[in-house]
Amino acid sequence: MTIIEDSVPVPAPRKGGADDGPLLEVRDLHVEFHTREGVAKAVNGVNYSVSAGETLAVLGESGSGKSVTAQAIMGILDMPPARIPQGEILFRGQDMLKMSGEERRKIRGQKIAMIFQDALSSLNPVLSVGYQLGEMFRVHQGLSKKEAKAKAIELMDRVKIPAAAARVNDYPHQFSGGMRQRIMIAMALALEPDLIIADEPTTALDVTVQAQVMDLLADLQREYNMGLILITHDLGVVADVADKIAVMYAGRIVERAPVHELYKRPAHPYTRGLLDSIPRLDQKGQELYAIKGLPPNLLRIPTGCAFNPRCPKAQDICRTDVPALLPVSEQDGTELVGRGSACHFWKETIHG
Amino acid sequence: MAELSKNDEQEATPNVSDVEVVDAHSETEAVAAIEAPVDRGEPILQVRNLKKHFPLTQGILFKRQIGAVKAVDGISFDLHQGETLGIVGESGCGKSTVAKLLMNLERATAGEIFYKGQDITKLSGRALKAVRRNIQMVFQDPYTSLNPRMTVGDIIGEPFDIHPEVAPKGDRRRKVQELLDVVGLNPEYINRYPHQFSGGQRQRIGIARGLALNPEIIICDEPVSALDVSVQAQVINLMERLQDEFNLSYLFIAHDLSIVRHISDRVGVMYLGKMAEIGSDEQIYDHPTHPYTQALLSAVPVPDPEAREHRERIILTGDVPSPANPPSGCSFRTRCWKAQDKCSVETPLLAVPEVFMGVDSPAAHESACHFAEEKNVVHAA
Repeated sequence: MTIIEDSVPVPAPRKGGADDGPLLEVRDLHVEFHTREGVAKAVNGVNYSVSAGETLAVLGESGSGKSVTAQAIMGILDMPPARIPQGEILFRGQDMLKMSGEERRKIRGQKIAMIFQDALSSLNPVLSVGYQLGEMFRVHQGLSKKEAKAKAIELMDRVKIPAAAARVNDYPHQFSGGMRQRIMIAMALALEPDLIIADEPTTALDVTVQAQVMDLLADLQREYNMGLILITHDLGVVADVADKIAVMYAGRIVERAPVHELYKRPAHPYTRGLLDSIPRLDQKGQELYAIKGLPPNLLRIPTGCAFNPRCPKAQDICRTDVPALLPVSEQDGTELVGRGSACHFWKETIHG
Repeated sequence: MAELSKNDEQEATPNVSDVEVVDAHSETEAVAAIEAPVDRGEPILQVRNLKKHFPLTQGILFKRQIGAVKAVDGISFDLHQGETLGIVGESGCGKSTVAKLLMNLERATAGEIFYKGQDITKLSGRALKAVRRNIQMVFQDPYTSLNPRMTVGDIIGEPFDIHPEVAPKGDRRRKVQELLDVVGLNPEYINRYPHQFSGGQRQRIGIARGLALNPEIIICDEPVSALDVSVQAQVINLMERLQDEFNLSYLFIAHDLSIVRHISDRVGVMYLGKMAEIGSDEQIYDHPTHPYTQALLSAVPVPDPEAREHRERIILTGDVPSPANPPSGCSFRTRCWKAQDKCSVETPLLAVPEVFMGVDSPAAHESACHFAEEKNVVHAA
């Protein structure tokens, strides 16, 4: 059993990662699934990066490839049927796709951890939560059962589960949905990772509990200066917590922007359509704008821009040429920092 | 003939109008009353002190009741013809149980549900069948609410087997195709199976089935929560169009407060089996007076990053208490920041709070709180 020497029992704020480049960088990642019906291209050239202390939100509908990208980063894709034909996933400059299984296992949990959507089905129902939390310490740090349990109680305290010492031997079904999600967060935090990937962490929760959980996550992120990749379909949650956003559609990033910019001036018709199609709490609108049609079948992604059959601005060029994710600039030519749009007509979309 | 029911005398609910009970001694008269049309804006469904307690038992052979889960614990509201009444609340607050009670899928423990003056909890036989034809339901999950072994034509046409008077046998196929067309699906899809459709299309099939018998009321239990954002808007628009076209009344149950605001004329907020606050959408969203409504609204993430800096957020602590053992007095007091001794002793009634009595303000609507107070939480200060 490998014992990691540099593990610090008390959380010490890490130094910012701004000087030593991004924490994680995904470069031109492709993922495809080989099925009986053909090859489903779930991810088709995704690029993004996250630095320490930063929150990147990946926004997209079901089937847009947002979760598959996250699973590829974690190395938990089932291969086969999945295959990664090209791309790089750099963690602190090292390509994880070229690492051995043993090396990746050391990163998983310790450097990059994941919070899953459905806490009830992600926790083992026949093991107590204390045992499951302690597993991280037993496996990665070789602690004894007793020490691991003490650590588990400490963790449950940190995620504000009341009466942690009394509840450490309880089973997952004895906790409410919000408390279970806290346990998932505690488990991800156990080894104080540099990066947390949260895949729809609050989708199954009620709004009041969702607010509690998102607050907790933001506090912990600040405390540990972690990078956070938040995967969600909820434009509201994104607006509340993210620093920058990547909007995905049919396995590609169609727009990238800092959070304020995106809501003010979307540069892709899909983003604009999404923003127009959600009802607002603070105003009573007329008829909702609806994006016509359905998200594409990944076995048969339309040629050209994948969004063209549903796009109100589509021209001939959209049906033939795939638009690249290009930088977006002001009308006078000054580049908007951190913004990009994969649309042939981004100028008309953002300025028109 | 106006008549107060027994329950109304015990627990006065001052601001709910009296129910006009239609005296029907025979089944035929009841059926006639049910089939009579109701004017737009008149109450079509009136719920009075509705309760549903699920017994908790112990023992295998000799079962004894050791308590009850009070899923719905005395709620009253009216649904008017042609309007949409939204019901919001967290999971476990009893909103789906209300839907089942209104559909007569569960027997109420106490209370009445008047449909055009007829108490449907007491009806049976032909009269009940007539009521059921007029109250239909659209379910939450379009993946499990359609039988995978039946074709779309059979699913939508099945209600005609039970109510053959709506569509004679030879006419059914045409009628089903018409319904498919109405909900925006290709009428040629009649022989396809549910798995050949996407989530949004399946929900359209569910809506077509609900429309088949030309009902007057459709109860929608979280009809869009399982759908993608871009598809949600399509289904919401469809439901609004159908309401105008067929003159429907909707009871719209959802946990997404933004969608409820968009579609509803009036909104009721439920907490732990009770109605906390009810009023028009403007009254509830722009002038909430119940602390629970305020907390609920302030917790909704608004898709506008500018707003996040200006909005006050009320973050409730803890979870919803168990309905098997609700707190005494006001059930919200355990999570409320205003709670005082009075709240644990005295259950607040759903009524216009005294401070707003006679005040001509949107804040003067029914709210079950001893310390009701207006607070704008939705709009940035």
